[in-house]
Amino acid sequence: MNARWLLIALLWGPLPAAGQQDGFAGLGSDVEGFALPDPARPLAFPRDHGPHDAFRIEWWYLTANLRGDDGRDYGAQWTLFRSALSPTGAQSGWSTPQVWMAHAAVTTPDAHHVAERFGRGGIGQAGVVAQPFAAWIDDWSLGAEGGADGLDRLAIKARGSDFAYALTAVAEGPPVAHGKDGYSVKGPGGQASHYYSQPFYRVTGQLSLPDGAVHVSGLAWLDREWSSQPLDRSQTGWDWFALHLDDGRKLMAAQVRGAEPFVFGSLIDANGRVRPLEGADIALRPGRGTPPVSWSVDLPGEGLELTVEAVNPDSAMTTSVPYWEGPVRVGGSVGGRGYLEMTGYPLD
Amino acid sequence: MTRRARLVLSALLSHWRRRPWQLVMLLAGIMLATALWSGVQAVNAEARASYARAADQLGTGALERLEPRPGTELTTADHVALRRAGWLVSPVVEGRLRAGEGRVAVLGIEPATRTTLGTAQGAAVPSGDLLAFITPPGQGHADQATAAALAGVDLGGLTIVPGTDVPPNTLVVDVGIAQRLLARGDRLSALVLAPDQPAGLPPVEGIVPQAVRAQPQGRADPAALTASFHLNLTAFALLSFIVGLFITQSAVGLAFEQRRQVVRTLRALGVPLAEVLGVLAAELALLALIAGTAGVVLGWAVAAALMPGVAATLSGLYGTDVSGGLALRPGWVLSGLAMALAGAGVAGARGLVRTARMPLLAAGQGRPWALAAARGLRGQALAAVALMAALPLCLAAGGLVGGFAAMACGLLAAALLLPVVLDAVLRALAARVRGVLTQWFVADTRQQLSGLSLALMALMLALAANIGVGTMVGSFRTTFTGWLDQRLVAELYVNARTEDEAAAIRDWLAPQVDAILPIWSAEASLRGQPGRIFGVVDHPTYRDHWPILSAQPGAWDAVAQGTGVLVNEQLYRRARLALGDSLDLPGGALPVAGVYSDYGNPSPQAILGMDSFTRRFPDAPRLNHAVRVPSDRAPALADALRVRFALPDSAVSNQAEVKALSLRIFERTFAVTAALNVLTLGVAGIALLTGLLTLASMRLPQLAPVWAAGLTRRRLARLELARTLVLAGATAVYAVPVGLGLAWMLLVVVNVEAFGWRLPMRISADLIVRLGLAALATALAAGALPALRLARITPAQLLRVFADER
Repeated sequence: MNARWLLIALLWGPLPAAGQQDGFAGLGSDVEGFALPDPARPLAFPRDHGPHDAFRIEWWYLTANLRGDDGRDYGAQWTLFRSALSPTGAQSGWSTPQVWMAHAAVTTPDAHHVAERFGRGGIGQAGVVAQPFAAWIDDWSLGAEGGADGLDRLAIKARGSDFAYALTAVAEGPPVAHGKDGYSVKGPGGQASHYYSQPFYRVTGQLSLPDGAVHVSGLAWLDREWSSQPLDRSQTGWDWFALHLDDGRKLMAAQVRGAEPFVFGSLIDANGRVRPLEGADIALRPGRGTPPVSWSVDLPGEGLELTVEAVNPDSAMTTSVPYWEGPVRVGGSVGGRGYLEMTGYPLD
Repeated sequence: MTRRARLVLSALLSHWRRRPWQLVMLLAGIMLATALWSGVQAVNAEARASYARAADQLGTGALERLEPRPGTELTTADHVALRRAGWLVSPVVEGRLRAGEGRVAVLGIEPATRTTLGTAQGAAVPSGDLLAFITPPGQGHADQATAAALAGVDLGGLTIVPGTDVPPNTLVVDVGIAQRLLARGDRLSALVLAPDQPAGLPPVEGIVPQAVRAQPQGRADPAALTASFHLNLTAFALLSFIVGLFITQSAVGLAFEQRRQVVRTLRALGVPLAEVLGVLAAELALLALIAGTAGVVLGWAVAAALMPGVAATLSGLYGTDVSGGLALRPGWVLSGLAMALAGAGVAGARGLVRTARMPLLAAGQGRPWALAAARGLRGQALAAVALMAALPLCLAAGGLVGGFAAMACGLLAAALLLPVVLDAVLRALAARVRGVLTQWFVADTRQQLSGLSLALMALMLALAANIGVGTMVGSFRTTFTGWLDQRLVAELYVNARTEDEAAAIRDWLAPQVDAILPIWSAEASLRGQPGRIFGVVDHPTYRDHWPILSAQPGAWDAVAQGTGVLVNEQLYRRARLALGDSLDLPGGALPVAGVYSDYGNPSPQAILGMDSFTRRFPDAPRLNHAVRVPSDRAPALADALRVRFALPDSAVSNQAEVKALSLRIFERTFAVTAALNVLTLGVAGIALLTGLLTLASMRLPQLAPVWAAGLTRRRLARLELARTLVLAGATAVYAVPVGLGLAWMLLVVVNVEAFGWRLPMRISADLIVRLGLAALATALAAGALPALRLARITPAQLLRVFADER
């Protein structure tokens, strides 16, 4: 789970109050009339690459850990959120009750560039189609390249006032479903989402930064998730890790902070086989600072003791709903890299 | 403060205890001057704040926009194409909606992309229920007054959320809702460009070739449009301020003069001159602060009373939306107090200088002061001549400011000349009159002139302003009603809600009426200004009645054949067109065949033949129609129409209703002017009263000998009152040509500059007689109290004059 829990619609409400009363960014509010995640509904592709308008929120979320020709570490983020203001309504035109929001970022060891876009559904400014896969808002896009099947080969483009990037991602493994066949429980009250990932991308491309262009290559992780009420009202934020370990394994670990932290995750082997993780399987301990930009992530059952350190501690997303999202380096029992997302912390 | 300074102050202040009226006049002068000045300033500041708010919140002032070229349109698809190319744009739909007697601006915004325009525009996204805002029937945001005005209007179920952060007279809705409310189909008015665009975007021209970039300053700016009106108000305020200062100066000057003895005594007792001056200045400053504070409070009341009228005027004359409320601004309070202090300083400077130069042993009396004032007559005449010489220069400079400067020169010169002329008349009269009493009366009147000249000048200015503005408004009203009669010829006006309904109404009406005249129009840019183009059918209604100012032969034929266009006077004058000039129009230029008058409309307008119009504007809404029918059948037909098509009452109006409404709006428009006129005249009356009261106390030495010679006090009092009336009457006669000159300047120079129309001047004898009577009544009211006091004076007081003789 990621900044995915952001709910665009509530940008038009008083945010701090929403954050306090109804979980982060109002994600704890009511779901009257919206479709609810169903554990009996299996994932189906390419259908589920496309939007699920009956659900309140949904996202297409790609994070890339990159290394430049200059030897420096970079991170890139491309995120598109869909928010349904109503489960029913017009399918096209200005009165369509679908609203889109997107975030893009490039992180360097000493800078963090952020851009944000909004758009209305129904008019073509933003949207997603499942086959051939295409997701877009304005001139930002995430779509199947060269007639590729599903999500196998994606072209990724975004632009802000002081940065731009164009990347190509090629999947070297299968998509993986989290939780129980993609039914991922998010809280003690049984709140859940449909959640799958494609964590096996190999990426090449170019970053355009204020100091010039950098050719980059690395790894990327795509998350797809949709739901209608993912948070319990008492849950105020979360910490989420998507880590590429050097032994070829991938680790998704997350906790939703509330009265009791709710912890879950997936350990994915190099062939895409998933071992779902629950509370007792993962120990997440924050280091110092708010938000904490270093963590220890232990999986006692796997003998994994990892340290996670931000590439750039100042990776706050200065968007309408602020949060922290940036690339991390992994050390400890096995090396690696990945992305960390933290929401619900006070940010400057 | 030292003990001595306190003693000096109490000695000087004792003067006011003995002459409370003088104190009242001094305070009243400063207070009135400050009140009118700061009241008008508050009104101006409020209006400017409204413009700024509108510009900030609507993005109409600050940001560049893409607008469709004439004859083309922008649609949602164009918005999407630009966004998909990377351009940060946000669509707006703008229009006006009829709400009762007025029109409410409708602003359609798109909240999602509007957030990218920057903070000022982002703040204009109403907070609240986004779903309700964007989905039908929609949600509108408006201020309380606008929400109330829209209460009875059919908005298709739209709910209105009252808010304070919405510009006045504006309904903010989603862009899609605005398209529906304004029947715009999928068209957008403009795409607002965010100030910071990403680098390396493809050119706009390649994406939406039909769009032009409109620079923010290129479009009508309410602040610029209404500058003339505010200048007008400020001129009035300054006039009132000056009249107020006249009062102050006569009171202050007299007080200084009458306190010479006290000052002399103080200095003889050893008080240094500097200390006396310091205490006098401090006293004046204190009085100015007290009166200034009262003036600011009064000014606030004046502003609060004027503001609704100003809002009506601005919306009537310029189509600008200004809130009728008033906000307190600290800067305004301070500037009001500063004006009070500065005014008192100007009024008191001469007194202070005189006191400083006063020989220690010179006798103190009212007379020397009055005599010294008389010596100024020649200087005044010279100054007046210089001002008269400057007048043509101001006119030649042109523009609104030149016009106002010329008016100021003319008024001041006339004011300065007044005592000179009156003195000359009295001198000539003195040589001719017979009889001791009459000769004394004339001589004494002439002697009093110097003391009253400031007050008479104030009265003259007030009268001239009243005559000038009254004549202007009267001329306007006469022209306007005549114009309405010409323009509103049809018996019924019908507004349909949809084009289908309009077509059904046409079909239903056709067999029972003489003619159905479409009133179809489209918004278009005319010579770079947003304006409106109408299509008319060829019908005697237009040929025989339309208020044409000048036209080429066969102008209506040219219009009917689509080979000519008629333009309104505003467009004609602003664009400096001549008959036959080619005018760019959507769908091709046409020569100007004629000019018609179009009062009360701030925007350019043009008229095309209906065929030409529908070809150029195929999508213009075809909703409104004028109906020709024998006038005795009109009411019944109106009722039948309402019943047959279930039309709301407001959809069908007869000629009389439209006329009455137009005239009501007209009268409201000039309500402020009328109010200011009355205030100025009132201030002049007080100035006269002050002058008379202060003179009365000095006049006993002149009256006592006349009384001793056998004239009763009652007779003396009557003579005093008669003198006041004679002077006021003479002033009123003098003010008539001055006022008419002012009216001419307003009609021929200022109106053309400010509104773009020139009106024929209609002199109203009725107005002049009424104002003459008002002047006499003012003089009577002002002279009554001093005369009454003279009639009741005790013989002992008159006798004391001889005993006190020095």
